[in-house]
Amino acid sequence: MANDFEKNQQKTLHNDVLVAKDLTVYLPGPRPVELVKSLSFRVGKERVALVGESGSGKSLTARALMGLLPHPCEVRASQLTLGDQDLLTLRERQWNQLRGNRVSMVMQDPKHALNPAQPIGWQVEEPLRLHTRLGRKERQEKVLEMLNAVGLPDPQRLCKQYPHQLSGGMGQRVMLAIALINDPQWLIADEPTSALDFDMREQVLDLIERLVEQRNMGLILISHDLQQVSQFCERVLVMYKGDLLDELPADQLAYATHPYTQTLWSCRPSKLTHGERLPVLDRALLESLKHASPQQEPQP
Amino acid sequence: MTQLIPDQPTQADAATSWRPTARITTLSIGTVLVIILIACALLAPLLAPFDPNIQQIQFRLLPPSAEHWLGTDGFGRDLLSRVIYGARPTLLLVSLILILTIPIGLLVGISAGYIGGWYERVIMRVTDVVLSLPSLVIALALVSILGTGLMNGALALAFTSWPPFARQARAETLALRRSDYLAAARMQGIGGLRLMFGHILPLCLPSAVVRAALSLGGIILASAGLGFLGMGVQPPTAEWGSMVAEGSKVIFDQWWVAAAPGGAILFASLAFNLLGDGLRDKMDPRHGK
Repeated sequence: MANDFEKNQQKTLHNDVLVAKDLTVYLPGPRPVELVKSLSFRVGKERVALVGESGSGKSLTARALMGLLPHPCEVRASQLTLGDQDLLTLRERQWNQLRGNRVSMVMQDPKHALNPAQPIGWQVEEPLRLHTRLGRKERQEKVLEMLNAVGLPDPQRLCKQYPHQLSGGMGQRVMLAIALINDPQWLIADEPTSALDFDMREQVLDLIERLVEQRNMGLILISHDLQQVSQFCERVLVMYKGDLLDELPADQLAYATHPYTQTLWSCRPSKLTHGERLPVLDRALLESLKHASPQQEPQP
Repeated sequence: MTQLIPDQPTQADAATSWRPTARITTLSIGTVLVIILIACALLAPLLAPFDPNIQQIQFRLLPPSAEHWLGTDGFGRDLLSRVIYGARPTLLLVSLILILTIPIGLLVGISAGYIGGWYERVIMRVTDVVLSLPSLVIALALVSILGTGLMNGALALAFTSWPPFARQARAETLALRRSDYLAAARMQGIGGLRLMFGHILPLCLPSAVVRAALSLGGIILASAGLGFLGMGVQPPTAEWGSMVAEGSKVIFDQWWVAAAPGGAILFASLAFNLLGDGLRDKMDPRHGK
């Protein structure tokens, strides 16, 4: 309990913001390759979307924030702080303290993100066992409460079931329960709905929105569905080939001025565009814009 | 076979209700044989008609008869009783070896696969070295250093039988390392030992069990070999390997003295091999129907 109290106090004392300045993810070597180039953004207690096409570095950015980059990648930044904590100097142990406790992540495919050999209850409970000093009974209670909160029926029975016995939607709810059970301050959702069917998408996003609201958390939603993003988020960061191209309020998406964002927005098929050709990305124009923009910095 | 298939089912019957009948499979035969073996070991005092160590010189080397079903050996001891009692040291040895090898093999394999890098290279080369050693020869050398006895025999055989477990566990860990659920677990701050034992171990365990069942046949043969060479359990105790060695002195005139324990060894290794084969088929989705 003392732990909880401390955490709450921490939350109120510092107006926690996730700040990244010149965040660069690169493959080291004699000629380093930059995969994410000098990204700068701030995320407070708000819902921010990270959009862009495949390979634009959305997921890498998210993983860099968790300190879990795939093997050869390395991160460099002039500032990367989470509240009062400097993420650049953290050691593995301190990262583990952070993950699942202050920042949590939900992945794409619930079918592959749950360990097939352990029952659900065990997996939901694990972050509690790791990050808190609650007793067995309290943990059990919290697990049931959490499973209830994500809208799963009959949590008692569910705890004893294995991942293969769940449907995709249920699996994603379980993933959410695991991510949120420690009341983190940020949730990173890496395309949480792309493995689900359309109805499920709406439900799960509603759920995420509600929980984020209730728990007063920050949300970074990674997506390529602009429609979705414009509904659920407050701010949108648009990425292209590792660059942050555009940043705008989500409700302004339809009136975006940046050509890339414009094309992304308008290339969705709909009733209005029926029978017409959808606009195609003018990559040459983008390249020229990129070279002209002052964001491109010389190699350090 | 005939009584397993009930009366001819009508077509409608077959379509609507498929009754699971007890089918004879490798697994079921193996399981039954292993159960018989374990029962023999546990209930030896009840099953054996004679005391295995009572010597009645006047009845020495009797052929199989109604009184002595498998005959008697050179000291007039009842062979059936000795064969039944002989299951005890064999199974004890086998379980000791399993208790020693599976944890070591899994620990080495999972840690090598999980940690990777130099640690993995060094550990796996050590494993390869041990794997290349001929099991029985090394066991003989170790026993002659450590001294004869059940425990030392188990240690000696365990020393050379853990590498296959390690290699298998490493291969599985490597495949698992890139899986989404381990990445998801890391995102909850789970790492190190907790990840290795909480998440990877349960996934490696089934195949390790199958592997163990398959290697048991070989281990039984090796332990009998140790006994045959006089490096296992010491003589007055009934042990199949040493019984075969005794019987081999008189094998041309009184064949049953060697044949009885030999048959027992065959039975035991067959039982475990069948069980292992059956388990492998059961666990491998590609073998499933």
